[in-house]
Amino acid sequence: MTSPPLVAAGVSFSYGHGRVLDGVTFEVATGEFVALAGPNGSGKSTLLRILLGQLRPAAGEVRIFGVAPRELVERWRIGYVPQRTEIVEDLPASVREVVAAGQVTRRGWWRRGLGDPAVLDGAMEAVGVAHLAGRRLSELSGGEQQRVLIAKALASGPELLILDEPVAGVDAESQGLFRDSLVWLARERHATVLLVSHELGAVAEDLDRLMVLKRGRIVFDDTPEQLTATGVSLGVHAHDLPLWLEGPG
Amino acid sequence: MQLALVAAVVVGTSAPLVGTFLVQKRLSLMGDGIGHVAFAGVAAGLLTGVWPIWTALLAAIGAACAIEWLRSRGGAAGDLALAVFFYAGLAGGVVLTGLGGSLDGGILTYLFGSILTVTPGDAVTIAVLGALTATVVAQLWRALFSVVLDEESARVAGLPVDGLNLALATLTSVIVVASMRVVGVLLVAALMVLPVGTAQRVARSFRGTLLAASVVGGGSAVAGLVAARLWGLAPGGTIVLVASGVFLVAVVARRRSGPLEGMRAP
Repeated sequence: MTSPPLVAAGVSFSYGHGRVLDGVTFEVATGEFVALAGPNGSGKSTLLRILLGQLRPAAGEVRIFGVAPRELVERWRIGYVPQRTEIVEDLPASVREVVAAGQVTRRGWWRRGLGDPAVLDGAMEAVGVAHLAGRRLSELSGGEQQRVLIAKALASGPELLILDEPVAGVDAESQGLFRDSLVWLARERHATVLLVSHELGAVAEDLDRLMVLKRGRIVFDDTPEQLTATGVSLGVHAHDLPLWLEGPG
Repeated sequence: MQLALVAAVVVGTSAPLVGTFLVQKRLSLMGDGIGHVAFAGVAAGLLTGVWPIWTALLAAIGAACAIEWLRSRGGAAGDLALAVFFYAGLAGGVVLTGLGGSLDGGILTYLFGSILTVTPGDAVTIAVLGALTATVVAQLWRALFSVVLDEESARVAGLPVDGLNLALATLTSVIVVASMRVVGVLLVAALMVLPVGTAQRVARSFRGTLLAASVVGGGSAVAGLVAARLWGLAPGGTIVLVASGVFLVAVVARRRSGPLEGMRAP
């Protein structure tokens, strides 16, 4: 029996005396398109770092494809798209080189060569940046850069794609293109997608499931349509602005 | 002069290969910090009668590993870690030099370079260290690029990030020691980063930046050496001044021809 891509069971974590995560439990099944939302300070970033194996939980466990994150040998099965602000702003690198970096571990990091051109072309075409292959990353718009980072994550052929605040600072048009890329991944490539964000406007209608983290606890885990049915109201001030949570919890 | 040219070409082409990664990691002054510790190593070698290149290499690699350990553990910010070794290394060199008597020509050739007095043995050492650096960069540059691009993603992907950072720090030490006789420990960082600054303004890719920086570095070193020989100038300083001039020309030319560096298309 195949292990689910992602399982968190009773995950707790504290920074000093402050409890940041408290018994977080969820499971993401193969092929699901799931969002993890929550206001600033809810613990999303800490939970993400635990899921990626950068932090050890104080209690509970995380399993990625059935093993602890740090024990996963085939790391290429995880495609990770960081926040765009973490990328070196004026890095003198071409789009093709950035995308090819996604293949380094699957090919063997000690090997020379650019990687399989067909795979790189496919990854770039999937997110609509193939025509930018020869351009410098620093010359692109924020939305284009974000799609390049998604192509980089796709280059390894991941089975689980985790994205961290992918639309932060991205214009509305690019968000639409970004949404198309994710939907294609989830529906056509049958990849499992976990989107960590507090801005869900672009993909809200395509999600299979929405999890909401508030003060370190999962307060909601169901389809987006059920969210308002629980009595939790959404305070959306304008299109694409953060999802604010009010009401119980 | 032939030996000096060989040394200039080797150092000029290989130093920027390492510098390209240091610049992207915002560690442009790492060569300076390690150079000052290498100075202490040279002083220790001259004091004890051990070949200064060995003692300098030992001290430089030790400092590089310590700086990288401090930086990666977050115990001290990158620039603070550099400052600690920068000043401690220089102070150590001054104290050891004082114990040996006083500043003389021997120590000064390592401080400011003395490429015109390079011996065949020095040239072979420089060539071996330069070739080692170029070989390692050629083999690992994609992995190093992945770390430079996004260290967090590289860790998630399973790259041995700590090992690669340590390798880069060690390469920096190697090239600092190789460059000591060419431009001296006080100017070695300039030869590592100035050609990179030039290359970034003309190259369209990271691989292109590596190659362009190497060409600019090698060309600056040869031009500086020839100019120094023609006009009786200090070779080390002249080489760095040529590299600086090329950088300024590239900046001016770039501003006139297109968008400023870092400006994105709408």
